[in-house]
Amino acid sequence: MATRTEFKNPLIRWVDDRLPVFTYLDHEYNQFPMPKNLNYWWNFGALASVVLVLMIVTGIVLAMQYTAHVDLAFESVDRIRRDVNYGWLLQYIHMNGASMFFIVVFIHLFRGMYYGSYKAPRELLWMLGVVIVLLMMGTSFMGYVLPWGQMSFWGATVITNLFSAIPWVGDAIVTWLWGGFSVDNPTLNRFFALHYLLPFVLFAVVGLHVVAVHVTGSNNPTGIDVQAPRDTVSFHPYFTAKDSVGLVAFLMFFAAVVFFAPNLFGEPDNYIKANPLQTPAHIVPEWYFLPFYAILRAVPHKLLGVIAMFASIAVLFVLPWLDRSKVRSANYRPIHNGLFWIFLADCLFLGYIGANPAEGWFVWGGRIGTIWYFAHFLVLVPLVSMFERPRPLPASISEPVLKEKR
Amino acid sequence: MRTMRSLVIAAAAVLAGVTGVQAAGEKIELPDRNWSWQGPIGSFDRAELQRGLQVYTEICASCHSLRLVAYRNLEALGYGEEEIKAYALNYEIHDGPNDQGEMFTRPAIPSDRFVPPFPNEQAARASNNGAYPPDLSLMTKARKNGANHLFGLLMGYADEPPEGFELMDGMSYNRYFPGHQIAMPPPLYEGGVEYADGTEATVEQMAVDVTAFLAWTAEPELEERKSLGIWVLAYLAGLFVIMVAVKRRVWSDVKK
Ligand code: HEC
Ligand code: HEM
Repeated sequence: MATRTEFKNPLIRWVDDRLPVFTYLDHEYNQFPMPKNLNYWWNFGALASVVLVLMIVTGIVLAMQYTAHVDLAFESVDRIRRDVNYGWLLQYIHMNGASMFFIVVFIHLFRGMYYGSYKAPRELLWMLGVVIVLLMMGTSFMGYVLPWGQMSFWGATVITNLFSAIPWVGDAIVTWLWGGFSVDNPTLNRFFALHYLLPFVLFAVVGLHVVAVHVTGSNNPTGIDVQAPRDTVSFHPYFTAKDSVGLVAFLMFFAAVVFFAPNLFGEPDNYIKANPLQTPAHIVPEWYFLPFYAILRAVPHKLLGVIAMFASIAVLFVLPWLDRSKVRSANYRPIHNGLFWIFLADCLFLGYIGANPAEGWFVWGGRIGTIWYFAHFLVLVPLVSMFERPRPLPASISEPVLKEKR
Repeated sequence: MRTMRSLVIAAAAVLAGVTGVQAAGEKIELPDRNWSWQGPIGSFDRAELQRGLQVYTEICASCHSLRLVAYRNLEALGYGEEEIKAYALNYEIHDGPNDQGEMFTRPAIPSDRFVPPFPNEQAARASNNGAYPPDLSLMTKARKNGANHLFGLLMGYADEPPEGFELMDGMSYNRYFPGHQIAMPPPLYEGGVEYADGTEATVEQMAVDVTAFLAWTAEPELEERKSLGIWVLAYLAGLFVIMVAVKRRVWSDVKK
């Protein structure tokens, strides 16, 4: 924040001289130089921020009407939908917002993978992103327990039970997590408290993530660095305008789901009140956990399965060092490019496996998918990055934009 | 970008597949009716809902509760205040204590929720051979393809199970119930109710009507949701056109 912006309005100037928030906003969201060749895949970070705010706002209003007690939680959520003015809208936005959040963030993450945005100097930015994913998972897992339906209860039971795989102290940890000897009222209460807390932690980490992206600047589809001012345009109005187009398109998708298919992503069983004496025929987690659930079940040993599941995310932390190639964008890396698409297909495949009972071909299908998942990061990406010959890179961002217009 | 586009389509297909995944084992083909409330501008048929309420009241209510719905909600079916009061009066509620410290019973009023047929689950099981008739308030949302499941269930009884099928005592054979043995005896029979509006009470008619009624109890907001949704989407579509124009204008001076 070397140079202050000169503001005309005396009040703004007065504040800015003492606390340069307006200078900050002007630098970071007005003048901020952005590569001019960004495509619409660069929209998704902004979309994720919007969804996060939407989730916090709807969540706080829901919490005003929600009752965290095993006898009342299910009914209180139903009453929000039935009796609170526009409560159904609020509840459906929050419920589907979680799915939207994951859709947007997964796209954002795969965008980063494809264009090599995790490479120097953006490693820390990337790692903060992985922390965000983990926090989102924790938050949504606990949020899903709150309506106290059958899947809430049994999902919570299955997932918390995973910790019992830890040698020696596992059972004690599970009892401690539950606050008792099964998922029960104390569990529901602490999950509510944490579900209220974590989004604000998330908000803070997103703040760091955004600060980090403003230090390095955005990557771009060519993956080569910005060299001259002619490679960039200012954030405002160019990207405020472009992000708005994406935002409205996204909101249309979101609204279509909320208003016309609000239960598209949900499990019917969660409209049945939790019953500890009756296990549902198939316990399935929310769709965004399915690939990880498949990895968990692919390993025929409980502890190793849990480790594999956590490792499947942890490996993302070290991706910047597994990929040794100097070239960022997969557009110029023919083999890596192919690997990327196979990996993406593998993730979708694992999601499909996770939605199905672990029997028949789903068992070995899940194993192959899991092996590929880890082989991708630990073997294929490092090897390819050492031996692949990238295609020639353009001299600057402006050059391919001039010559290679698609 | 071509690959990316085909990938997005593939992803959507997979997601659609995932949400439609059936449990392993026998796949039951449910009937597939065109319900009036389906589709983006679908709405309930008031006459159907009123007949459905009658079927629920006269048949299902002797076993199944509807504990999330209040009598006052019946206004949405087109009943007036007096009619609702009169309807609620038919039911007794345990209340209290009064200022003498005693519990008492009183007739229900519109703000009460539907009075359940049994005081608790144990009583319900005791009267139903040990089986529990589930609450019906959210039934069409609590099953995959709920309306067709419910309709199929009501239509799917067979007098005789197929050759070689072992039916347990007190159970009925049903084509659409998972496992085909259901503890609910066939609730509908020709002329089971005498419709107030004179409609002929065939089994199918009653099944359709009560399904519509229970679709309404599960999603009373459905009509408001869809009509608001149309406006929201129309508004966003307009905004989208404007934003695209703005974006083009803003970017027109950037050398590609
Ligand atoms: C004689 C008591 C009785 C009556 C009357 C009755 N039911 Fe049932 N119902 C049951 C019982 C008992 C079950 C539990 C069946 C089981 O679990 O095998 C049940 C289950 C159901 C289910 C759940 C099926 C599932 O998918 O799990 C639905 C839906 C249902 N009934 C609807 C109705 C409707 C609609 C009516 C009125 C037309 C009705 N019932 C009338 C006793 C009754
Ligand atoms: C709460 C969820 C998240 C929010 C709100 C968020 C927000 C943002 C924003 C606003 C940007 C700048 C605009 C853009 O490039 O799209 C950004 C960039 C970035 N994010 Fe995120 N993000 C989230 C999650 C993640 C996750 C899960 C990852 C990956 C693990 C990630 C990795 C990145 C990277 C690498 C960049 C720089 C991308 C580039 O410039 O190429 N983010 N994020």
